[in-house]
Amino acid sequence: MRIAQQSGERIDRDRPVVFRFGETRIGGYEGDTFGSALYAAGLRTFSRSFKYHRTRGLYCCTGHCPNCMMTVDGVPNVRVCVEPLREGAHVKEQNVWGKLDLDVLSITDKVGGPFTPVGFYYRTMIRPRRAWPLYEKVLRNLAGLGRVDERGGHSRRYDVEHRRARVLVVGGSDAGRAAALAAAREGPGVVLVDEGPRRVSELTGVEVLTPARALGIWEGGLVPVDCGTVLYRYRAERIIVATGALEQPIVFPGNDLVGVMLPSAARRLIRDFSIQPGERAVVLGADEPGLEVADDLQEAGVAVQRVVDLRETPVRELEAQRRRGRVRALLVDGEEVACDLVVASGGRQPAYSLLAQAGARVEFDSELGVFVPTTLPPGVEAVGTVTGEGLQKIDVRPKHAGRGKCFVCICEDVTTKDVKRAIAEGFDSIELAKRYTTVTMGPCQGKLCQLASIRLYAQEVRAYESDLGTTTARPPWSPVEMGLLAGRHFEPARRTSLHFRHEEAGARMQWAGPWKRPYAYGERPEDEVRAVHESLGVIDVSTLGKILVEGPEAAALLERLYPNRFADLRPGRIRYGVLTSDGGRIMDDGTIGRLSEELYYVTTTSTGADSVTAWFEWWNAVWGYEAEIVNVTGALAALNLAGPQAREALQRLTEDDVSDEALKYLDAKPLEVAGIPCLALRIGFVGELGYELHCPSPAAEFLWDRLVGDGARPFGLEPQRILRLEKGHVIVGQDTDSESNLLSAAMSWLPKLDKDDFVGKLAVEHFAEREPLERLVGFVMEDGVVPAEGAQIVIEGYPAGRITSARRSEAVGSVIGLAWLPVERADDGTRFEVRVDRRLLGGRVKSGPFYDVDGKRMRS
Amino acid sequence: MSFLLSCPHCGPRPVDEYAFFGEVTRRPEKSENGSPSLRELTEYVYFRDNVAGPQREWWQHRTGCGEWFLAERDTRTNEVLSITLPEPSRKHL
Ligand code: FES
Ligand SMILES: [Zn+2]
Repeated sequence: MRIAQQSGERIDRDRPVVFRFGETRIGGYEGDTFGSALYAAGLRTFSRSFKYHRTRGLYCCTGHCPNCMMTVDGVPNVRVCVEPLREGAHVKEQNVWGKLDLDVLSITDKVGGPFTPVGFYYRTMIRPRRAWPLYEKVLRNLAGLGRVDERGGHSRRYDVEHRRARVLVVGGSDAGRAAALAAAREGPGVVLVDEGPRRVSELTGVEVLTPARALGIWEGGLVPVDCGTVLYRYRAERIIVATGALEQPIVFPGNDLVGVMLPSAARRLIRDFSIQPGERAVVLGADEPGLEVADDLQEAGVAVQRVVDLRETPVRELEAQRRRGRVRALLVDGEEVACDLVVASGGRQPAYSLLAQAGARVEFDSELGVFVPTTLPPGVEAVGTVTGEGLQKIDVRPKHAGRGKCFVCICEDVTTKDVKRAIAEGFDSIELAKRYTTVTMGPCQGKLCQLASIRLYAQEVRAYESDLGTTTARPPWSPVEMGLLAGRHFEPARRTSLHFRHEEAGARMQWAGPWKRPYAYGERPEDEVRAVHESLGVIDVSTLGKILVEGPEAAALLERLYPNRFADLRPGRIRYGVLTSDGGRIMDDGTIGRLSEELYYVTTTSTGADSVTAWFEWWNAVWGYEAEIVNVTGALAALNLAGPQAREALQRLTEDDVSDEALKYLDAKPLEVAGIPCLALRIGFVGELGYELHCPSPAAEFLWDRLVGDGARPFGLEPQRILRLEKGHVIVGQDTDSESNLLSAAMSWLPKLDKDDFVGKLAVEHFAEREPLERLVGFVMEDGVVPAEGAQIVIEGYPAGRITSARRSEAVGSVIGLAWLPVERADDGTRFEVRVDRRLLGGRVKSGPFYDVDGKRMRS
Repeated sequence: MSFLLSCPHCGPRPVDEYAFFGEVTRRPEKSENGSPSLRELTEYVYFRDNVAGPQREWWQHRTGCGEWFLAERDTRTNEVLSITLPEPSRKHL
């Protein structure tokens, strides 16, 4: 099927390439595309159409239509006409039940099938309602293109790269190359993006990307360029669009048959791949380039049966006749011309989509009979035929008479009948008709069907195209793989400096916000709880946010950020603090230690470090206190050593005095532990005597090893949750949400309303005037079942509240938790019911800590 | 949104490097006439002008230098009309 070498052919006949098509081995040459190699091997039917399963063959050979889509190495919807041949690749046809040449579903085409007319789903499948899932299943199988390889998800690696260009030229046409060269003479930073497949030769001073597709033009000169597995996000100062013009189909019955193609396809097959596209051809053209292809065909040995210049011969009736889905003859005004190839072009339309997306106005040029861009947005230029320059007037009938299906849109299988039906049903604007018929919504994104559909529409409603306008052009300009938009698959995790110690100890790691943290080390978190209660445990709390606030006005700043007081905190002491918004809602909490007159050490929740830092900085941008805010979360690790033996254990590792007199409950003190400089915070989050040791991250493993070596049992997040719940300690974000305020969340003691000002003060004052509707309370379950977090609380048959935390506590001897209840139901001892699966189980409100009620143990 | 925004320190950078903190609001304050009403407070906390046109708003160069600054931006076109550093004031002390 190959003909003698053409001047400028792209294939290298000395380098054969072999690949697999289904079960067959097929050979081609280096420089071929999968499409050209398959065509050369005799394949004519490349796919089945979207809705009617009609046979389709190479149509544009430029990567614009849906006809040659196949699955290549597991990637669906690859346009094989432009996909370079790869040795050993595996190509499969798609959208086919059976074989390409005999598709069982194509009866939907012959019998007119129930699934055919446009709007069919909307009108027919709405009743009976319960049958829809079944319909949907059937329809999903019938329609659609390609199939995602669910297992192959991560087999390809995609990357996103940010780049800059002074001048970005889209399109390697003559005008595009000239513009790139001219720009390159003015300086570096010129990039030219071309779709290929024909290589743009080297241009001095220009970086040429090919095959590559510019997907759109966004504000700020952002142009994402699809290069296969890399997406370049270009920022360009100047964007020059030279996308040229696109040959347009002629609308006639049978215009989608295998063997009907655009001149671009015939020309490419001949010139680039040296393939004779058929035996006998008819050429229909409406402009010079569309007619000149007859010469190429002749030279390639094709018998050109007839050349119809539509400008001179206004043909009325045109009909392609078929045999087994392929064209066998063309009926031209009653005269039958036998052929296996129809090369038909209705003239060329500027490829203006990118410009339209960028904000250009697009208007119908009645001189040319096509849409052209008129005003351009700043920073965007257009050169060459995309402006309409050099085009000839399109003067072809919007549709030709004849029998059989006549396609306006081959992607979505929309026929002229469908468009007429939409108009008859009242879709009287072009945008509505588009949504109803789905014309222009397929893979070509209107490249081959927008003009045809608007012209047909204009004819049917007797309007001018210029009055109808176009439908909105939206990115992407050409189909793009989802993986490319997503970029490389990775989920960044924050790990503490003790991460690998946890893994070595067999911890089950879990996500906690952006962090990875140990859930527990053994099978039973309860054992770790018991160790903390009875002897000694240690937990990695490096994930706590740690912020230094330092300066002569550090105290004043904190005093105004927090509802409670920090100016009167004595150096060396710690106080619990909760941040509220100006709406009075709880945002974050933590401990604040005053290390010296001008230095405070603030801790936040594990997910709050960044947002609290930004919050502090923002308020100080407003107020301007003389204080520096430094986030030291990553620089410092923190270990909480807790349990009745904590003091002795700590004393064994330090020469500093850690007696209760020297380091009281809520004291902050610098210590040297095992030779490591630490800041010790004596606090009791888990309810036992405990010391949070904050030390430089690089020293954390050493300190951890010493503590564990000395008998402290590592405990994880789950045991910690049980321990804090036993104390009734609230976790902000777990037990509170964006609606919670201090008064309802049982912290009415915290805000100091006699302070001059603090963030949230006005709101808290207003809250204080009214009784809250809900309150956060503790509870005990009656029969030992642990309700799910978020479980509904039911009172007298109505939903009345929700559980936020619940755990079984061995130390308390029952299932305990925290819940939001209506205020009138929140008194101690009040009974309520919780929905657990389908049952209602009883619980009772219990105020105060469940364990060590007077806090003796943590103060001991 | 893909426009470029100029950090007062770092110059023009893609907008994804910044955190947006909404339009500039006026925080109600106590005066001789007493506390602001619940209405004034609610307006400040929950209501925004949401103008179609030039708007003064807060931005932070979050993944850059961290600076908070004010930008005047036309919300219809994303054209940035001016960039300023805030002038702190401790009113209501
Ligand atoms: S023939 Fe490949 S996209 Fe049209
Ligand atoms: Zn900056």
